Amino acid sequence: MQTMELYKALGLTDCEYEEIKNRLGREPNELETYLFSAMWSEHCGYKHSRNYLSLFPSGGAVSHGENAGGVQIGDHVAVFKVESHNHPSAVEPFQGAATGIGGIVRDILAIGARPVALLDSLKFGKITDNFSKHIFDGVVHGISHYGNCIGVPTVAGEVNFDESYGDSPLVNVMCAGIVHKDKIRSACAAAGMTVIAVGSHTGRDGIHGASFASKELSENSREDRPSVQVGDPFIKKVLIEATLEILDLEEVQSCQDFGAAGLLSSSSEMAFKGECGINLYLDKVHLREEGMQPWEIMLSESQERMLFIVEPAGTQKVLDIADKYDIPASIIGETTDSGRYRLFWHEEIKADLPPEILAESVKYTLNDQEPGYINQFRNKKLEGTTEIEIAVGKLVSDPNFASKKWVYRQYDHTVGTRTALKPGESGAAGIWLHEEDGVIGLTIDSNPRQVFLNPYEGGRTSIWEACRNLISSGFEPMGMTNCLNYGNPEKDEVAYQFIKSVEGLAQACKEADIPVVSGNVSFYNESPERRVYPTPSIGLVGYVDSPGKTIKSSFKSGETLILTGKDIDDNSNIGGSLYHRTLYDFIGGEIDSVDAKLEEGLKQLIFTLRDQKLLEGCVDVSEGGLFGAVFEGIKNGNTGFTGSIINIADKEKALFGEITGRYVISTKEPEKVLQVLSSEDIPHRKLGVCEDNKLEFDGYSFNLAQLYYLYDRSIDLEMNE
Amino acid sequence: MKSGIKAGIIVFPGTNCDIDTRRACEFYGWQTEFIWHDEKNLDKYDVIFLPGGFSYGDYIRAGRLAKFSPAVMALKDYVKAKRGFVIGICNGFQVLCETKLLPGILSTNTNTKFICEEVELSVNHEGFPGTVKFAIAHGEGRYIADEAVLEEIVAKNMLFLRYNDNPNGSALDIAGLYDKENKIIGMMPHPERGIFAETGNTDGRYFFEMLERELNKNLCACKYTACSQAEEY
Repeated sequence: MQTMELYKALGLTDCEYEEIKNRLGREPNELETYLFSAMWSEHCGYKHSRNYLSLFPSGGAVSHGENAGGVQIGDHVAVFKVESHNHPSAVEPFQGAATGIGGIVRDILAIGARPVALLDSLKFGKITDNFSKHIFDGVVHGISHYGNCIGVPTVAGEVNFDESYGDSPLVNVMCAGIVHKDKIRSACAAAGMTVIAVGSHTGRDGIHGASFASKELSENSREDRPSVQVGDPFIKKVLIEATLEILDLEEVQSCQDFGAAGLLSSSSEMAFKGECGINLYLDKVHLREEGMQPWEIMLSESQERMLFIVEPAGTQKVLDIADKYDIPASIIGETTDSGRYRLFWHEEIKADLPPEILAESVKYTLNDQEPGYINQFRNKKLEGTTEIEIAVGKLVSDPNFASKKWVYRQYDHTVGTRTALKPGESGAAGIWLHEEDGVIGLTIDSNPRQVFLNPYEGGRTSIWEACRNLISSGFEPMGMTNCLNYGNPEKDEVAYQFIKSVEGLAQACKEADIPVVSGNVSFYNESPERRVYPTPSIGLVGYVDSPGKTIKSSFKSGETLILTGKDIDDNSNIGGSLYHRTLYDFIGGEIDSVDAKLEEGLKQLIFTLRDQKLLEGCVDVSEGGLFGAVFEGIKNGNTGFTGSIINIADKEKALFGEITGRYVISTKEPEKVLQVLSSEDIPHRKLGVCEDNKLEFDGYSFNLAQLYYLYDRSIDLEMNE
Repeated sequence: MKSGIKAGIIVFPGTNCDIDTRRACEFYGWQTEFIWHDEKNLDKYDVIFLPGGFSYGDYIRAGRLAKFSPAVMALKDYVKAKRGFVIGICNGFQVLCETKLLPGILSTNTNTKFICEEVELSVNHEGFPGTVKFAIAHGEGRYIADEAVLEEIVAKNMLFLRYNDNPNGSALDIAGLYDKENKIIGMMPHPERGIFAETGNTDGRYFFEMLERELNKNLCACKYTACSQAEEY
């Protein structure tokens, strides 16, 4: 095929091809055209998003701009990042999700950090839909199979079911690692070093994975199955140990994982960041299949491979470690001071170009005009009412609200002997950092319905809700990572959702004073019939300096419950509340707007009450509203509740309406707590007392055992049908 | 506090509870070393751990491939010589059964899924409370054996740990076996995850303290035999 036709077939536009020619000063040859098609794809090049991601504050982050970033805790650094594996999971859920973990674990490893925790944010279509059920089952199985095998505990996550994800499920995986601050490695190369590839043989799997992830899914997507890589967690586990041992060598200068666009992106990024040249001899790469062409070797996304840049004196040591672990390794090139990215094939030069042209793709400016749907949905009014007894039963058995034990029981969440707060115990997971005798808090969260209704405020809400998850568990928020999942950015609606929500996220990070350490963007999550809600998944990491200072989300018998923070009134904006969707299949109205000053005040209050030993349990109020928070706390503490929740005429709004800035806390010393609340001028309301085997409020009485059964078993029953 | 106990932990490619097991041993001050799977002599250790994980990827069946490794061959000599204790946890229990050092086999859980949770167990050994809570984390933990073997297990008093609420379909609710004659313990639950109060469970200490008592008895008994040989290494 002529390169003229080739670039189109590979997904480059005429405009982009012109730009490449201009920058190169000539036509790219065939191999180079393949290189550009991968590096300038959305997945690698971030061409629609780069302009806007610069809004995120990064002050205070460690290793920002590397494979993953982190925050410093004492002498250690907690490194973390979240990444999507949406498109592969839609086509082949088990392998798609499994390799998603493989990829993010390699990013953490490349910094030199030992991975210590995994989290995931999963979105599927309705659980009653057979296709979605199949994807859900496969994804959870894939995560379980891979994560359990490599010995990294999966400690927290979120799972949601909504029609909007029916054709494009979202699989976002976050990994956190720990490294001593003096041992952090960079992906930056310098001249005069040896380039060594360590790990699995390179095969034809995953070729064009990066460009596959950069288009909409269609009926034909299942024919793209060869674009999905196959992972081997056993080799990964061995590779983790070998990589950490190799990175302990003084002669190893930098490390990069083979992610999207494989050898091409890892090697060209190293050269670009290190401002040096690189020569790669592609016939030296250890291959799984015969007859592979240079472009296939460059673009292969075979799993479980790492690239090391090593001083020549350390080359043999690296090969010896690989040998000890029975992992293939080959010397495939060297770094140079030529400033050129050169590929050789049996001593013949096949590509020769400056790495910056590859690494820096075009940047697009998106249209930020407000689309019509925003006003239309904002003005929608909810009609109808539901009897409270029925509403409560429906809410607790909604798979979005119900217990996720069916999921996390399949994940090894205690391997590593660091898990201080387990799934279902608290608003966030806790990983014991015994090196510093503190606990790292981890959460991943999203608010897609709110972002859909108001991208800017929804973005702010997403950050603050993730903060509340950490704060309610006793952690000071320290740093943020994100995975931004949207539809096709070339469409105006999506462009607006993206720009405004990124602005909102950035603003909230500044308000909360947390740096954005790393991130990932996934566009084109749509089919001709359906587009996902704009879904920024927020991964937050926090810290508390003593294991005794974490807080659980359980309320115990005899404790008094108090609502602290905003209270709902007749004028509160509760757009995007879960009960609208569950009871009425409705989405509309305006969403609540975050009061950053109040949020800061609540954080200080919770930490003060904890330090004065006045606080027993704490739940941040989110999906399911005030009722949801009370229910979650008493369920975790295996007790009941009597008191009053409803404070306005619209009972459903009072019980289930979702607004920002509030927590339910439990205490054994209500008088003292109320005194502190009054003196700190924090709005509050006493709700009632925990009493075993009872659920009674405002004249309503419920069969608690039955509600607990529905909550515990709803996903179980659905999946075992 | 340094103890005279020397613990060795066999590490296969794919083992993932090696570090956890070492931390538990070191909590008790035991001298602890990792043993790479190609090691051929285990005589210097008072106790050998086969830790949890997925040895050699657990291809074919959990624990199936590990039995061909030099370290496991050496383990058989170690047992024959009655040198010390052998503790197989999770994948280690599977390896012990595949190697026939313990009877029966471990098969896929009845619900076909991996199960991770804390479970209540009844313990048949002095020094334990009636019930302890240990973590389990396995996909192949359903203990099965034929009737004759099960009868023998009961007759020989090998029922060490039993599930109070059987999660995986194991015969006789078996979670762990103790062959006192050969000093071999195999169990699916993870006592090494129950050492540190910071992780919310310290029941694993009952197990390690029992082991320490047994090992100290053993240390005295073999002072002039095996241990003096071990000095040479």
